[in-house]
Amino acid sequence: MAERPEDLNLPNAVITRIIKEALPDGVNISKEARSAISRAASVFVLYATSCANNFAMKGKRKTLNATDVLSAMEEMEFQRFVTPLKEALEAYRREQKGKKEASEQKKKDKDKDKKTDSEDQDKSRDEDNDEDEERLEEEEQNEEEEVDN
Amino acid sequence: MSGKMADVVVGKDKCGEQRLVSLPLSRIRVIMKSSPEVSSINQEALVLTAKATELFVQYLATYSYRHGSGKEKKVLTYSDLANTAEESETFQFLTDILPKKILASKYLKMLKEEKREEDEENDSDNESDHDEAES
Repeated sequence: MAERPEDLNLPNAVITRIIKEALPDGVNISKEARSAISRAASVFVLYATSCANNFAMKGKRKTLNATDVLSAMEEMEFQRFVTPLKEALEAYRREQKGKKEASEQKKKDKDKDKKTDSEDQDKSRDEDNDEDEERLEEEEQNEEEEVDN
Repeated sequence: MSGKMADVVVGKDKCGEQRLVSLPLSRIRVIMKSSPEVSSINQEALVLTAKATELFVQYLATYSYRHGSGKEKKVLTYSDLANTAEESETFQFLTDILPKKILASKYLKMLKEEKREEDEENDSDNESDHDEAES
């Protein structure tokens, strides 16, 4: 897959914002400097990826993981990044957990009725009629036929 | 819809709170995948790389500004960055893409002076009028 040159660049607007927020108020940045930092950032990604990949290969893994990236930072002498990165990782994991639980809860609520149905069918396999089942069916099918006793 | 990525991508939400990462993960991923030996990247590694890149941008900008001559002018210039690449060990991997620049006229002058010194060593003529632009 051939990447166009611009695909390997990061969006100017975001880069500019990050720079401005880092520099003291009122400090400007020349267009040339901003574009240079953007290129440097892309090079950084490549360097970090290559470094992280070495760690993955050492661990006989084909997939880069979070630890590989953290190890790469130390290797590249950016130890100062390690703590904030670990914090970001924790925050990300909490966020993912929260989302997972939320969607699992939704799924549970949706399935709850269906599940109760099938459980009851198992219990009352030998019986034709089961009060719970009747009640449930009545709730769900108010307008439909009545269950025979 | 990339719901999961979108949440992590947005810089600030409506309340102005900082989101995890501002840089677009899809773009970071493209750059990472262009690296020859990489097979696959797990989502956490992608997020951390994006975050690390942001930290890097901040660090490069502030370091260059602090050490640069632009401090008095209240502007961060290209030469501040090139100086950083040359002088700081941490940023040395950037020297190729952030070369120092000199004016073309200055460079030509340097060439001329070198040539003149050579000629003076070889004795004889004053070739100060003999200008050539070497391409």
